[in-house]
Amino acid sequence: MTRTPAAAPRASLSRAKAVWRTLRRLPPTARIGALILLFWAITVLTVHLWPIADPLAMVGRRLQPPSPDHWLGTDALGRDVFARTLRGAVWSIPIATVVVACAVALGSVLGALSGFYGGWTDSIVMRLVDVTLAFPPILLAMAVAAMLGPGLANASIAMVIVWWPIYARLMRAQVLEVREREHVEAAVAGGARGLRVLRVHILPLCWTPTLINATMDFGQVILLAASLSFIGLGATPPAPEWGSMISEGATRFYEWWIAFGPGMAILSVVLATSFLGDGLRDLFDRRSG
Amino acid sequence: MTAPLLDLRDLRIEFQNADGVRAEALRGVDLSVNPGEVLGIVGESGSGKSIAMMAFLQLLPKGARVTGSAKFRGEELIGMAPARIRRIRGKAIGCIFQDPLSAFNPVLRIGDQIAEAIRLHDRTVSRRAALKEAVDLFEMVAIPQPERRVHQYPHEFSGGMRQRAMIAMALANRPELVIADEPTTALDVTVQAQILDLLADLRRDLGIGLVMITHDLGVVAGIADRIAVMYGGRIVERGPTDAIFYDTAHPYTAGLIGAVPTIDGGGQLRQIDGTPPSIFGRPPGCSFHPRCPRAAAPCRTDDPDLRPAGGSRCACHFPLVPAGAAG
Amino acid sequence: MLAYILRRLIMIPFLLLGVASVSFLLSQMTKGDPLAALVPERMMSNPDIVNAVKAQWGLDQPLPVRYVIYLGNLVQGDLGTSFSTRRPVATDIAERLPATLELVVAAMIIGTVMGLALGLLSARFRGTLFDSVARIFALIGSSLPIFWSGLILLYLFSVRISFVPGTGRLPPRVTAPPDVTGFYTVDALIAGNIPLFLQALSHLALPAFVLGWAVTGVITRLVRSSLIEGLSLDYARTARAKGAPERTVLVKHALPNAMIPLLTILGFTFAYLITGAVLTEAIFSWPGIGSYAVRAAASLDYPAIGGVTIVGSVAFLLANLLTDIAYAWANPRIKVH
Repeated sequence: MTRTPAAAPRASLSRAKAVWRTLRRLPPTARIGALILLFWAITVLTVHLWPIADPLAMVGRRLQPPSPDHWLGTDALGRDVFARTLRGAVWSIPIATVVVACAVALGSVLGALSGFYGGWTDSIVMRLVDVTLAFPPILLAMAVAAMLGPGLANASIAMVIVWWPIYARLMRAQVLEVREREHVEAAVAGGARGLRVLRVHILPLCWTPTLINATMDFGQVILLAASLSFIGLGATPPAPEWGSMISEGATRFYEWWIAFGPGMAILSVVLATSFLGDGLRDLFDRRSG
Repeated sequence: MTAPLLDLRDLRIEFQNADGVRAEALRGVDLSVNPGEVLGIVGESGSGKSIAMMAFLQLLPKGARVTGSAKFRGEELIGMAPARIRRIRGKAIGCIFQDPLSAFNPVLRIGDQIAEAIRLHDRTVSRRAALKEAVDLFEMVAIPQPERRVHQYPHEFSGGMRQRAMIAMALANRPELVIADEPTTALDVTVQAQILDLLADLRRDLGIGLVMITHDLGVVAGIADRIAVMYGGRIVERGPTDAIFYDTAHPYTAGLIGAVPTIDGGGQLRQIDGTPPSIFGRPPGCSFHPRCPRAAAPCRTDDPDLRPAGGSRCACHFPLVPAGAAG
Repeated sequence: MLAYILRRLIMIPFLLLGVASVSFLLSQMTKGDPLAALVPERMMSNPDIVNAVKAQWGLDQPLPVRYVIYLGNLVQGDLGTSFSTRRPVATDIAERLPATLELVVAAMIIGTVMGLALGLLSARFRGTLFDSVARIFALIGSSLPIFWSGLILLYLFSVRISFVPGTGRLPPRVTAPPDVTGFYTVDALIAGNIPLFLQALSHLALPAFVLGWAVTGVITRLVRSSLIEGLSLDYARTARAKGAPERTVLVKHALPNAMIPLLTILGFTFAYLITGAVLTEAIFSWPGIGSYAVRAAASLDYPAIGGVTIVGSVAFLLANLLTDIAYAWANPRIKVH
């Protein structure tokens, strides 16, 4: 069975409709998760227009507890914690997005090639995966980030190095499974060769587990990024990155509010991604769960 | 006439699926089992034969609504408090399930699982004494090397031995009634015959009432005193075993008998065409009519009642033997 | 299964070699000059030190030779000299390892006990308010940045209500018990010093809870879902048919089956624990290898970071191996073959 090119757009349109119909059956918790993520996405795009204080300017007295003027108080330099927390999203969310995207891209390509070609390619990629996964994630990230030098870019590279093997494994398993299906054999019998088989006939059917996992990992990446900043290997002051904000509050036990805002922000993102990820997995991935 | 051991009257079960659609899985079943009697319940999967038994033992998942009456030794089981029915389950009524591999707990020793059955109903028995009793039970069901076997795990038993152990567990508290749900389906043919012999022996020696649930008429032919044939959540024919076999009234029963291979293996092996209806898509009228060679106009609109026909009772507008005729 | 464990055992030396190789490559990449990973910046002007280090690590040799020398030093337990403590990294780590292990073991116990209890109760009362609250409590534990929950709990329980003491393993100026296991709680008991034991325990309680809470989420979730699945399986129906009450079906039948998947994720939760321990130690000034690594990372003390990474990976691999063995031991279907 071959599909004519003209039928393809219509098929993908009806597929999009089917996906939308399935999405509408998401449980309430997953919808809440999606709403929280939407809120943060809008914040990232528009927060510079919001009528909130300048996150880098000294706008009040130092170390003031929450008040009507400063909802989450002020930090050691008299900056508004509420404004800094919202502005922090502009750092944390894009970083996590980039890290997850790069890890998915790198891991999926290597995993797909590994599953498709087998043999030496497979052995090399999978041994790399094994070795990478033999490190406790935070220690590997710390080592890489420290060797490359502090800074957000290097911390991001370190996180991609930590995360890609998971996607390589996922994609390899998917490709191995889809490769055995009838339509692939039919395509090969019909003369399709090499990477074209992988790209056209196999990969389009392999993305579901990867996307579900990426949703869940987004929150975990936010956590690890904040951890690295907290340690001093990520964002550098005065950037209002959530992890480094908590780090600034860490030595001031009596002024709990300095760390409260960024902590709640991280919690909201991590909870939202696990709610949404759970819901998506229940809907699309019948094998697990 | 002695009082029946188990007496089901108008037993009905209603299920609700995920979309909130309700459907009747059992539509008014009347049955009785006398002490020491063997009743065979025969039907395809989905006919309601197993859930009828699970229903009065309150072993159905939540969401199933059971109505009607099920009296055991004159005591009503439907709606009985959980704490009270637990004292009947496993004590006066034992159960044997289809697949003994999944029915046993894989991580507990078989002997401990049997000892548990004993100790659940008699707290005064020590674990050691209960294990000793398990050894005796193993001897009764002819499991070789019982002292060694009670310390093994389910996966270390062969299929036939596991089913023997299952029977031993069902008999642990000397029940008056045993319900065997497809006890031989998961087994090889030769092992099937051994298990059937064992059940027949035990029933004769112990005088227990036995309900044999099966999709295979051949399994109950040699052991049952009476047989009830079920289809689409109802009993379609009910009567003494001889009447069912030699004076068959319902076309469905006739189809099932046609599906029984004869002893020499040369006999006809006719299948009933079509598939049994799902409980959510049951046809109007007699639910067998889409597959029935004798179906006519009334069969599509009216569901027939269970009426005397030949030596049994039969729910059919056009039975194969004249209504009410002597067998 | 034995073959599987054997295969895992054979894998371990190769994985260790991989870990060492990656560490070597990382040390070679440092700012383009491997010397920077071995000699602190302020000592670069001292030719004696520079030459001694160059000789020890073969820095004037080609890369493959350096690799062999690196592995040789590693096998002899030489992880280099810390920039900040100026002592061998191996000595530093050996001294601090017991503190981390005490914290991790205590957290593992708390996490497993809480996870089992919450998983059992929420499976027993599924669909009720208790179920929701227990699941949310567990989920929050694994979603919180641990350095933040540690901070907030420290503020609440130590600063606000003085329920537990502050940071560290013991109050200031209190002498540690004689060293036997390196666990202050255990050593204090061995010494028969009950007041010291209570002091050590109260210092351990909060960080261990914070860390344990983080793994409670994973365990609760797994226990709950395996129990609920178990309750729907044939063996549960058999138990009910025997007359077992629902509580017995859950505890005697579903729970032992749930232990098998639980064992398989304990290795995975260990990764969580290491991550968490690093950050928890930093918050609670816990003198383990986690806070050592954080201080090393902040001051770019490369030998120390590399050393902790290697030691952490070895511990991680061992934990996974132990998990495999425990799994084989707990699963009777595997035991005999």
